Amino acid sequence: MSALHIKLKTSPHLIQAVSVEQIMRNVVYALLPVCAFAVWHFGISALALLVTTTAACVGTERVINLLSGKPSTVTDFSAVITGLLLALTLPPAFPLWMAAVSGIIGIALGKAMFGGLGYNLFNPALIGRAFAQGAFPGAISTWTLPGHPDRFVEFLPSTLAIPFTRPESVDGWTSATPLTAWKFQGVDTPSMELFTGMVAGSVGETSALLILGCGLYLVARRMMNWHIPAAVLSGAFITAGVCYLIDPNAYPTPWFVVLSGGLMLGAVFMASDMVASPVTRSGVWLYGLLIGFLTVIIRFFGGLPEGVMYAILLGNAASPLIERITQPRPYGTGRRRPL
Amino acid sequence: MGLLSFATSLSFPRGVHPPGMKADTKDKAIRRLAFAPRVILPLQQHFGTPSLPQVQVHQEVVRGELIAVADGVQSVPLHASVTGVVEGIELMPTARGPKTEAIIIRTTPGDTQAVQWSLPRGDLMQASRKEIIQAIQDAGLVGLGGAAFPTHIKLSPPYEYPVDTLLINGCECEPYLSTDHRIMLEHTQDLITGVRLAIRAAGAERAIIGVEDDKPDAIAALRAKLAKDDIISVGKVRAKYPQGSEKMLIKALLGREVPSGGFPYHVGVVVNNVGTMAQLGHLLPLGEGMIERVITVAGPGVQRPGNYLVPLGTPLRFLLQQVGFTGKDASHLILGGPMMGNTVASLDVPITKGVSGLVVLSDPETQAEDVRIHPCIRCGYCVDVCPVGLNPSDLGKLAAKRQYALMQERFHLNDCFECGCCAYVCPSHIPLVQYFRIAKVLNRERQS
Repeated sequence: MSALHIKLKTSPHLIQAVSVEQIMRNVVYALLPVCAFAVWHFGISALALLVTTTAACVGTERVINLLSGKPSTVTDFSAVITGLLLALTLPPAFPLWMAAVSGIIGIALGKAMFGGLGYNLFNPALIGRAFAQGAFPGAISTWTLPGHPDRFVEFLPSTLAIPFTRPESVDGWTSATPLTAWKFQGVDTPSMELFTGMVAGSVGETSALLILGCGLYLVARRMMNWHIPAAVLSGAFITAGVCYLIDPNAYPTPWFVVLSGGLMLGAVFMASDMVASPVTRSGVWLYGLLIGFLTVIIRFFGGLPEGVMYAILLGNAASPLIERITQPRPYGTGRRRPL
Repeated sequence: MGLLSFATSLSFPRGVHPPGMKADTKDKAIRRLAFAPRVILPLQQHFGTPSLPQVQVHQEVVRGELIAVADGVQSVPLHASVTGVVEGIELMPTARGPKTEAIIIRTTPGDTQAVQWSLPRGDLMQASRKEIIQAIQDAGLVGLGGAAFPTHIKLSPPYEYPVDTLLINGCECEPYLSTDHRIMLEHTQDLITGVRLAIRAAGAERAIIGVEDDKPDAIAALRAKLAKDDIISVGKVRAKYPQGSEKMLIKALLGREVPSGGFPYHVGVVVNNVGTMAQLGHLLPLGEGMIERVITVAGPGVQRPGNYLVPLGTPLRFLLQQVGFTGKDASHLILGGPMMGNTVASLDVPITKGVSGLVVLSDPETQAEDVRIHPCIRCGYCVDVCPVGLNPSDLGKLAAKRQYALMQERFHLNDCFECGCCAYVCPSHIPLVQYFRIAKVLNRERQS
C-alpha cells in the first residue's frame, strides 16, 4: 500500500459514457445510408458533391483552427456533419466549385465566426445553403432526373464546371421536383413515390422513409431529441391541413406537404441540430411547430417552391427567445422564472 | 419488476439512472469488523458545534462510555467506540479537508469489547416528546445518510410548523451503496421501533418508509412487520437518482414541494434515514450512545466487498487492510457514494457518523483520464435531468464568465443541492456542479 496514488476530485465521480465525439460520430453514421441512397440514385455526381462539401468544410475548420492558434476541432466530427448535410441539400447537378464555396462560407461565416462548435446561432450547413441560394440561383434550381442509366459512368455536364464560369446547360437530364411540379405546373406526385424517394430533388432529400429510419437510429441511441422532428412535422401537417380543409383545390394534401421536398431531411437532421435549437422541453415544441408553420407558409405563399431552409434558419434565430420564455419551473418556486 | 412496478412506483420528475453496481454487496449479510488498534474520534462528526471532551490523556475508558458532551442544543455527545486508553486529544485529518480535534483511543488488546456503559430510562413509549428528544440527543444520534445533521434538532422543528408526516428514507439511490438495504432486511424490528419513537418525538400522525423498487425484498420485509392500518406504511418509489434526496422524496411520496430556501418542516414533513431510525430503535431502549455504524465497502479495488459494522473512529488504513485492499485498481477513495461523496487525501481519516460507505474506484470507472472538455453543445441533457428544474446549461455558461451574483439572483443557484446529475450526463464533460460549488462559495464570501 506504500505506492498508493490517490486522486482528489469533487463529486460526481462517475460520468456517463456518452461524449460529444460519440454523438457527432453517430450522426455521421446515421447520415451514411442517406448518402449511399443518394449516390445510388443520382450517381457519381452526387458522390463528388458529398466529397467536395465535406472536404471543404473539414478543410475550412482546420485552417481556421490553425489561424486562430487553437487545437484541432476536426476530430469532433461536427464539420463532417455540416459537409454531408450541405451536399444532401444541393441539387445533384450543382457545380462542384459552387458547392465548395458554399461549404467554406457555411463553416467560416456560419460557425467559426460565432466561436466554433456550440456557439453558432444557425445551422452552418443551412448558412452555406442559403448562400448558394442567393449567389447561384440558377444552378440551385436546376433539377435532374433520378436513376439515369449513365449516372455511374458520366458526370452531369454542370458538375465539373470550371470555377467562376457559368455551368453548361444540362438539357436532356432535367426534371421537375414534386414541389416545383405542384407549384408551377399544378401536378401532384403520389405519396408512395415521395415516401420511397423515386423522384427528383436535392441529393439527399428524396426518400422520406430512409431519412425517418436513420433518425430513429439516433433516437434509439438517445442522441437526438425526437420532439424536434415530431414538432416540425406536426407543425407543417397542421398548417397544411388547415389550408387543405379551407380549399382542397388550391392546396395539396398535408401528406404531400410532409413527404415532399426537404422537410423530412430538415426536420430530422437539421432542425434537430442541438446547438441551434432550444434546450428546454416545451421550447423545443414551440420551436418545431414554428418551423413547420413557416415552411408551409413559404411554400404556399412565397415565391420559392421550397421553404424548409429559411424556416429552420428563422427557427434558429428565434430559439434564444423561445428558450427564455420556456425555462423550467424550479422546484419549490410557485411560478416560472421571471424574464 | 417490469412494467407493473414501473406503473405503481412513485417518483419525482427528471433525474438519472446510473448503473446500480450493488450486486457485489446487497446480498451479503452485515459483518462485524475487527477493532482497530487505535481509533480516532473527531469531536465534530456532525453538523453543528463540536462536542466538549470529558476525558484526560492516559485515562482508561470503556466501550460505550461518554467521552465528550454536547456543547449546547446544536451539538451531540460522543461515546467511546472501544475499551482502551486515551492516547491524546489532537488535530487529525478529516474527510472534509482541514484537521480537526479528535480523541484518540488505544484499544486494549484482548478485551471483550462489550458495551459497558448506559444511561437507562423508563418506558420511552410513555415518555413525553421532550424526554424522547433529550434521549435522542444523549445517544449522539445524527443523520446517517451523509449529512450528519443532529437527529434531535430535526425531530423538533419550530412550534409554528407542526409536522404531520415523518418520511423515512430507504431509497439509497447512490451506486455501490447497500447499507440501508441490509439494515432494512436485518434490523427491521429496530427500524420500526425507532420510527415509532420518532413519530412520538416529532408529534407526527404517520410515517412513510420510502424504498426504491429495486429492493422488493426490503419492501416485503418491512410490510410483513406492519399491520394494514398501521400509522407506518411503506411507499414504493422508482429506482432513480437522486430519489434519496430529501426534497425529491417528499415530492415523490407526498407531492409537496419544499419552498425554495426552506426546510421540509415548512411543508409539515421531517425526513430521516433508515439507518438513523434503526440506531434510534436499538440505542434508546438500552440507554446507550452511538458507537458504530454499518458501511458499504465496495469497488474494484476491494477484494472482499460487503457491508461491515464498523466501530466509529476506525482509520481507513485499517479498514482497507481488513477488506483485502492491495492498492491495485485504485485511484479514488470515496467516502459516501460516487455521485455525491468526497475523495479522501489520507488513509488516517477515520470512519465517522455520517460516512455511509467507502467506494474504491480506478480510472476506468471514473474516466478521469483523457476527457477533453468541449464547449457546451446545447444538447439540453442537463436540463432534462436536473431534479430541481434548473437550467445547468445557462448556469454553466454564466459560471465560465464568472457571473456568480447573477447565477444566484436570477438562475436559482442556491436551489442546486449538488446531486451531480448535470455533470454526470454532460457529453462535453463540463464540470458543471463543480463550477456551481465554486460559485456558491464565492457568493458566500462576497456576502459576508
